[in-house]
Amino acid sequence: MTNLVQRFIFPKLSGLQRREAISAYLFLMPWFIGFLMFLVVPIGMAVYSAFTRWVLISPPPVWIGIANFREMFTTDKYFTWSLGITLKYMAMTLIPLMIIGLSLSLLLNQKLRGMNFLRTVFYVPAVVSGVAVTILWISLLDPQMGAVNTVLRELGVQNPPRWINSPDWALPSLALMSLWGVGGGAIIYLAGLQNIPPHLYEAAEIDGANSWQKFWKITIPMLSPTIFFVLITGLIGSFQVFTPAYIMGGTSRFGAGSKYMRFYLLHVYIKGFQEGRLGYASALAWILTILSAIVVIIVYNSSERYVYYEKSGEGQG
Amino acid sequence: MAAIKALSSTGRASSKRIRFFKRVSVRRFIHSFVVYAVLIGLGIIVMMPLSWMLTAALRGRGEPVFTIPVSWFPTNSFHFENFWIILTNDAYPLWRPLMNTVLLVVLNITGVVLSNTLVAYAFARLNFPGKDAMFRLVILTMLMPGVVLFIPSFLLFHTLGWYNTYLPLFVPSFFGAPFYIFITRQYMRSFPKDLDDAALIDGATRLDIYRRIILPLSLPVIIVMTVFTFGDVWNDFTGPLIYLNDASKFTLAIALTYFRKSTFASGVSTTNLVMAAALLSTIPMLILYFSLQNKLIGGISNVGLKG
Repeated sequence: MTNLVQRFIFPKLSGLQRREAISAYLFLMPWFIGFLMFLVVPIGMAVYSAFTRWVLISPPPVWIGIANFREMFTTDKYFTWSLGITLKYMAMTLIPLMIIGLSLSLLLNQKLRGMNFLRTVFYVPAVVSGVAVTILWISLLDPQMGAVNTVLRELGVQNPPRWINSPDWALPSLALMSLWGVGGGAIIYLAGLQNIPPHLYEAAEIDGANSWQKFWKITIPMLSPTIFFVLITGLIGSFQVFTPAYIMGGTSRFGAGSKYMRFYLLHVYIKGFQEGRLGYASALAWILTILSAIVVIIVYNSSERYVYYEKSGEGQG
Repeated sequence: MAAIKALSSTGRASSKRIRFFKRVSVRRFIHSFVVYAVLIGLGIIVMMPLSWMLTAALRGRGEPVFTIPVSWFPTNSFHFENFWIILTNDAYPLWRPLMNTVLLVVLNITGVVLSNTLVAYAFARLNFPGKDAMFRLVILTMLMPGVVLFIPSFLLFHTLGWYNTYLPLFVPSFFGAPFYIFITRQYMRSFPKDLDDAALIDGATRLDIYRRIILPLSLPVIIVMTVFTFGDVWNDFTGPLIYLNDASKFTLAIALTYFRKSTFASGVSTTNLVMAAALLSTIPMLILYFSLQNKLIGGISNVGLKG
């Protein structure tokens, strides 16, 4: 019986191949189910719900066409605002943190005694990430009593910033916290640096190249795939800032949903889960998805010009 | 003796060269001195916040945490009982959230390791129609940002009646994750094909091969997945925030923020306890990373290179 079914499904395969294929599909079963249940179905729901008024407490959802999208550009006063906050933060952190991380990795790549220990020191903040770190920084940045402002006053700063309680310093507070975790990115560059074959530098030295030339002509081109990887993941990540903004904003004097830390995803959350308007939130999420997809595609397509991939048979899998 | 003489004579002959090397080594000395100075300076700055956190966490009841000048190092006050107090106090014990988090971590790791090794085994070592197209689909979904599914996943799980249960927080892990499928498949492709063929001839089934041969060999990539999953679940904030409603079900990440609020509302300054709680929540990650550091780096570079 099973033989008959097998022959019916894959007429071109031999018996052995057919048995192999069937066991393969059985092994793939978790992925098949997961793909359908947790990807295809939610995406379908995402498309549908974006065009509905879907309020959690009073189902069923009502089809309202593009009204959600019209609302964003007309009555929702925080739509462009939160998009602006997200982009402002991105401008403030993405490239500066990449440069700082790269510089740090160059220092950590020196062959000196005790370097492993120093690498670990810079990596620790990246390991302890999460809510605990945000709670720590809220205390450090306390305007009256926090350690940061106490040090600033000792250094002679008369009126140190009010950090998360100030409209202008709210975003820099978050940026400072992510600067603290820059070692996590440095480790990625470090891995890239260590994959650069030393013979390239040796050859350049024989040709009389100085350190500056070696950096721009060897290090940067050879590291460009790593830099590109960090850029793409950083871009995607900075469209999705949520947890630190949610916690810090909630403890600032502006309260939960603080205007000055209202990142786009926080806006989605407030609309969807605090106001219970899941249809509208879903429409908002689509805008963010499309926007980040466009940015990533542009960066990706322009990458051919400045990303150098070594042409060799091995490696790339 | 003859050797020393020979050495000194060659030394005299090339004294020019030695002077050159001396100049180089002075430069190198200055260079390493500057590198050390910058790195140690920055390293101290990076460690200060954590050191302050430890100092604050060890303060006793009623002792000032915010001092002028700042107390960066724990020098006089060592109230280690704080770690016990935060877990067992009557007002907001963190014991329960800790256990909830451990439960979710264990469930997720089980799911991730089981499902991704099964799926990756098929992609890495079996032939079947549609293999390339399916694998391309895995890579495509890997690139998809999580934001897309933020709201619709909630709609789905809410419709299924999974709201305020742990189901949305661990069931998906049993159904494969594109990134883990990808790295595991890359790793499993590196073993010789003869392994499977020899076992097949000996009468082993595919399941035997997976369980007895491929799984033990894949230990490095399993460790990588375990550590990543541990970190993701341990630090996950949005998932529990969206899906959990009962305080008794909260995970550590959520409970920490409530713990902070509740101690502030009580009026007594308990920053020491908040810092102790925050510190406690970071310790498992630190232990895990540093105990597995070598295996992890070996595993990651292997996963990256092979395939």
